Amino acid sequence: MMHFMLLFSRQGKIRLQKWYVAVLDKVKKKIMRELTTIILTRQSKMCSFIEWKDLKIVYKRYASLHFCCAIDPDENELMYLEVIHRYVELLDRYFESVCELDIIFNFEKAYFILDELIMGGEIQETSKIGIIRSIEAQDELQQAETPQGFFEDYGLG
Amino acid sequence: MMPAVRGDGMRGLAVFISDIRNCKSKEAEIKRINKELANIRSKFKGDKTLDGYQKKKYVCKLLFIFLLGHDIDFGHMEAVNLLSSNKYTEKQIGYLFISVLVDSTSDLMKLIIQSIKNDLSSRNPVHVNLALQCIANIGSKEMADSFGNEIPKLLVSGDTMDTVKQSAALCLLRLFRTQPDVIPSGEWTSRIIHLLNDQHMGVVTAACSLIDALVKRNPDEYKGCISLAVSRLSRIVTASYTDLQDYTYYFVPAPWLSVKLLRLLQNYPPPDDPGVKGRLNECLETILNKAQEPPKSKKVQHSNAKNSVLFEAISLIIHSDSEPNLLVRACNQLGSFLSHRETNLRYLALESMCLLATSELSHEAVKKHQETVINALKTERDVSVRQRAVDLLYAMCDKTNAEEIVQEMLHYLETADYSIREEMVLKVAILAEKYAADYTWYVDVILNLIRIAGDYVSEEVWYRVIQIVVNREDVQGYAAKTVFEALQAPACHENMVKVGGYILGEFGNLIAGDARSTPIIQFRLLHSKFHLCSPMTRALLLSTYVKFINLFSEIKGDIQEVLKADTNIRSADAELQQRASEYLNLSRMVSQDVLATVLEEMPPFPERESSILAKLKKNPWRQGDTEHKESKMPPAIMNHTNDIKGGVAADDILDFKASAPIPDRQGDQNILHDVFSSISNGPQAAHLPSTSHVDNLNKFVCKNNGVLFENDIIQIGIKAEFRQNLGRLGIFYGNKTTMPLQGFSTQISCSGSLALKLMVQAKPVDPVIEAGAQIQQLVNVESIDDFKEHPGLVVTFMYSAVQQRLDLKLPVTLNKFFEPTEMNSESFFSRWKILSTPSQESQHIFKATKPMDPEATANKLTGFGMQLLPNIDPNPDNFVCAGIIHSRNQQVGCLLRLEPNKQAQMYRLTIRASKDTVAGSLLELLYPEF
Repeated sequence: MMHFMLLFSRQGKIRLQKWYVAVLDKVKKKIMRELTTIILTRQSKMCSFIEWKDLKIVYKRYASLHFCCAIDPDENELMYLEVIHRYVELLDRYFESVCELDIIFNFEKAYFILDELIMGGEIQETSKIGIIRSIEAQDELQQAETPQGFFEDYGLG
Repeated sequence: MMPAVRGDGMRGLAVFISDIRNCKSKEAEIKRINKELANIRSKFKGDKTLDGYQKKKYVCKLLFIFLLGHDIDFGHMEAVNLLSSNKYTEKQIGYLFISVLVDSTSDLMKLIIQSIKNDLSSRNPVHVNLALQCIANIGSKEMADSFGNEIPKLLVSGDTMDTVKQSAALCLLRLFRTQPDVIPSGEWTSRIIHLLNDQHMGVVTAACSLIDALVKRNPDEYKGCISLAVSRLSRIVTASYTDLQDYTYYFVPAPWLSVKLLRLLQNYPPPDDPGVKGRLNECLETILNKAQEPPKSKKVQHSNAKNSVLFEAISLIIHSDSEPNLLVRACNQLGSFLSHRETNLRYLALESMCLLATSELSHEAVKKHQETVINALKTERDVSVRQRAVDLLYAMCDKTNAEEIVQEMLHYLETADYSIREEMVLKVAILAEKYAADYTWYVDVILNLIRIAGDYVSEEVWYRVIQIVVNREDVQGYAAKTVFEALQAPACHENMVKVGGYILGEFGNLIAGDARSTPIIQFRLLHSKFHLCSPMTRALLLSTYVKFINLFSEIKGDIQEVLKADTNIRSADAELQQRASEYLNLSRMVSQDVLATVLEEMPPFPERESSILAKLKKNPWRQGDTEHKESKMPPAIMNHTNDIKGGVAADDILDFKASAPIPDRQGDQNILHDVFSSISNGPQAAHLPSTSHVDNLNKFVCKNNGVLFENDIIQIGIKAEFRQNLGRLGIFYGNKTTMPLQGFSTQISCSGSLALKLMVQAKPVDPVIEAGAQIQQLVNVESIDDFKEHPGLVVTFMYSAVQQRLDLKLPVTLNKFFEPTEMNSESFFSRWKILSTPSQESQHIFKATKPMDPEATANKLTGFGMQLLPNIDPNPDNFVCAGIIHSRNQQVGCLLRLEPNKQAQMYRLTIRASKDTVAGSLLELLYPEF
């Protein structure tokens, strides 16, 4: 099971956090601080798995963003490494070549895509087509539901 | 610059995010945020009702502000309002806000649950999925109570859409983890299992995780899943990569599902059905074969996906431990990964091989790779890979290669990372002990450990070397000689002084004949270290010195000088002062004979499992030992594995101190007793693992109130009262930390036959204990019949994101249901005579473990629940008691006689009872009290 997933920049700024276990806010902050420091100081050829407390951390860097998730120690590490990759692929497909800014400005979309992939810390759907289809269906709903107007377009709403 | 907002998102939000990013300083950012917060607050408070879109936008802004790390204390109600919107995107933002910002104790939970209820029964599947996601996100007990009935129906209904089934399976899994009884059994079982046959691969993937968790709880009920999982796996493994369409990932058919299925099968022994077993073996062979094929793509994703399946298949092969052919193939495959250029593969191969090494069938095959592993230890750049190499070396070690492996580990230890030194020291110490053909080698290794990594040599390690030297006559002379040499080093570690001091104090006489190590030289050598040492080590050295007085009377004068020195006899340290003055008086007052008796050589320690091993075992999954393998399996089928260790369970060691050998001594005087106990202090403590908690179960035999358990996080106290066959316990759980304990729950149970003999009813407890607060739980008990075991108390809670579990026992014992009974001498003796068959009587003669104080004894007997009957026994020193044990089924009359013998420091305890076995049970409870 996955306990949480974090996305953070090279400066250690958290871009997305998703927790699948109940953790106090204070503790979350501490965990994020600790893990960003650990991962950012690792060299590139090192292995993608870290034993940390009673969990295993699986992480990978994509351009300026680090993706990392915490899993139970007896889980299959490579499988979660590819879960991360699948998530990156989905973001990339959805945002048409994703960059850090996309995730900052559309953080809610990044959450929704993750929710399709993983639920309660377990893999829900692995098909890229299936997930993209449901996200696009959401967008169509959004478009139909959103009032279009001058003020809104210019951020004056 | 702002990137395009996808799917016609909220412009206003994008502008705000852009503003924040343009802020040049932290202050500017805070200013901008405060401005926005004020704006949103006024919008929410304003008379003008906001439309759904605006609410959504503001809630989303709040969410963004929160995710930046700022506190948000409003907007929750507006988010909850969004849930009841008809518009999907408004609902979606509402649910997102709730999943990120609302905790399970919120006052709004009732409203949220109502909205979830509506969405769950919606005909629109995307609404149902939002509701399921929210339930899974919160995952509280309240959610389990509210929706535990609905979700299983969604999961197995024929009308449910596939995407909803997927969410329902994982939502149910989440609730099951919170509250295991949420899953109905019986007819549901087979319907849930059959999800493995579902046409939709996504449904199978989600269901597989759920079934895996259910199997772990109840392997028998779900064993029907074995054949389904095997056929599903077989279909995937033999599929071409085009068959599974989008479930093929970089030319690997359904890797995630394959891994899940292979993991599911690791909950069981190899299938009984020969057909199923054959098919499974075929799958495993195919997976191993595919590993040999040339890659279909150069992308790392291809090899990762393929290897994730391969590693899981190897785990299953190791778990089954029954097919030598597969085990050897697995080992060869892993061997080739050991020198792969991908660090990840080297890491995983080392990890996997650790398990292989524990199988008798593949142990030899693993040993072939010893050189590569040793090389990894020397050349890997990543400490986590080196750590794995250490684990593997430890696991592959046996009699034939122990010397070489220990040598390599010692060598590595000199430069090893600080983070793994202590564990390495433990491992080296264990290997050296386990495989020592010659104990001189063992002594050398341990002294080397102290020399190389003295700071990391824990008490367990140096206590253990002393125990072994004391127990093995053949090595004592060598040990004395070697420590003497080691102590010559100008800067030797304090642990070396401790071991040296202890060993020379016991066996220094064995090397005293050598002109280079005469008594006075030994003494001066040790004493040259004295002033550099901590008080604890000095105390140990003082004991060594007084032992020297006995061994070498010729240096008595020199030693007395040291004892007399102001720094000792007037030391600020009470222990040192006491030892110095007691030893000095001892050496002055008593004859050489008495001295020889008091200070005789330590008797052998009882052989039991090394306390070092116990310490290592506490590290739950980093050890490369058989436990790793066992921990993956549910208890129901644990018997399947060979018990390779055989040793004594670690917890057994806890109660050792009470039964530690107290050497026989004649002419005991108080002062002498003291001398001895302080000398034997070190090695005795070696049997106590370094736990940081207090478990006081045994203290409750003769009292009803007190602290049952305590560690750094929690204190558990008990207040109990009993009348006739009924009892009532108040259990007090106190949070000692500055954070609330979440998800707090307790489970009180009577296992096995105890369930028929004792009724226990516990009131529910609050799920949260606030920082520093205490909550109370009331428990009612009724004794049905006489019993021996304690009811179990399992306490679970979350503390700093970590699930904590305490397995305790409740102090409810048979004697609690005593009613004290008055009787005169005549009726006592007549009853005593009536209860004269051997099965009615139980007797035990034992050494006193506590001071023999008549008043304390009387208090204990009264506390035990019996009536103390004075003036009945002709010997006034003896104690006589009577009482009746109540239970629903019967009353049992009990008589007791306790005869202390002060000279011998012994007791004789006799109990007679009108029901067989009761006397024995009472005796077991009572005698450790004295």
